[in-house]
Amino acid sequence: MDRIPILRLGNILLVTIQIDMHDRLAMALQEDLTEQIVKVQAKGVLIDISALDIIDSFMGRMFASVAAMSRVLDARTVVVGMQPAVAITLVELGMSLPGIQTALNIDQGLALLEKFQAKGGQSRARYQA
Amino acid sequence: MALIPVTKDKNQEVPSDNRLYGFLERNEVILIDGWMRDMRNSLTRREDLISEKDLRKESTNFVRLLREGIQSGNFQDIEKPEWTDVRSMLTDLSQSRAEAGFSPSETVMFIFSFKQPLYQELRKEFEKDPETLASEFRNVITILDRFVLFVSEAYQKTRDAIISRQQQELLELSTPVVQLWEGILALPMIGTLDSARTQTAMEALLQQIVETGSQIAIIDITGVPTVDTLVAQHLIKTVTAARLMGADCIISGIRPQIAATIVHLGLDLGNVTTKANLADAFVVALQRTGKKLSSNVEAA
Repeated sequence: MDRIPILRLGNILLVTIQIDMHDRLAMALQEDLTEQIVKVQAKGVLIDISALDIIDSFMGRMFASVAAMSRVLDARTVVVGMQPAVAITLVELGMSLPGIQTALNIDQGLALLEKFQAKGGQSRARYQA
Repeated sequence: MALIPVTKDKNQEVPSDNRLYGFLERNEVILIDGWMRDMRNSLTRREDLISEKDLRKESTNFVRLLREGIQSGNFQDIEKPEWTDVRSMLTDLSQSRAEAGFSPSETVMFIFSFKQPLYQELRKEFEKDPETLASEFRNVITILDRFVLFVSEAYQKTRDAIISRQQQELLELSTPVVQLWEGILALPMIGTLDSARTQTAMEALLQQIVETGSQIAIIDITGVPTVDTLVAQHLIKTVTAARLMGADCIISGIRPQIAATIVHLGLDLGNVTTKANLADAFVVALQRTGKKLSSNVEAA
């Protein structure tokens, strides 16, 4: 079965989805991601969906649960590069994907993750002091 | 087998076509003079929109084309090829009238006012033969009535085309997305928001967000006259779609009355940042993108 590659960039995991996702592929990706987060102690996950023309409700839920799971594992998830047409369709479907952080592109997604880490670092430092 | 006698229509028996053709040819100038007089005297004459000379040219043209059509003897179906020339002439006429700003009745009157002089001349011509007069008059009136309907339809079509073109222009006019600063876009909304307009505006905004990589979009609703539940829903949709793509929206230009309406209707704008005017929204946008405005003390 196909797998979606998960790339590691420092303590950030980068997933670029370039093929149409079917439900089993989505489930496999969810499992792989959580495993990898634990394995490499990732602090952030970037999911790039700029190549996707279609996102259905199942994938929307998958993104939400990946975000929630990574949060439990102390990592932040940012979905980047959603196409305008996809965003309009999701809104028309009434899916606003609450709980998911979004950014326009990988650059801004990385900046967002860095900001989260800086904040997290501060609070941890305060806790230690 | 008994043969059933076929009862022929009276019009077809008498070669009326040639008679009418000859009549129109002979009396062209008198007819047009009478027609022009009638049009001049009618209340629907628009001297400001069309000159006497042009009107006369059109009338002459119509009478000549009508004559050619009448030669065929077909007084019923104007869709037939023998009437093609008259139809295309009348289509052009209706179009130019609609564009020039004639009212529907002013346009249709062009043909209506031809009936009176036509009847007068026909009566003179067939004074001694009332039966022929009746049948000829009926023929020519039938075809003229068809053309009246045709003209009003062509006029309406042109008006519809003008309206839909204007609507399209309005849609394009009212959804400009402007870049205020690097990473900051503004969408000034003007006029009543309906589904179609919000959709166009939303698409334009999202497209610009992708192209410029802007993180902040300011939707300014200063020019929106009323905000009801539907408009609020459209706004929230736009904001949500932008958020899904990773851009923040600020709604600005909320007037006091609109703020009151929003509260009275119990509308929930969610956690959308709202500001009273575009300037305030711009300052917030600058702060969020990590920029600062400062006045130059030395110059002041």
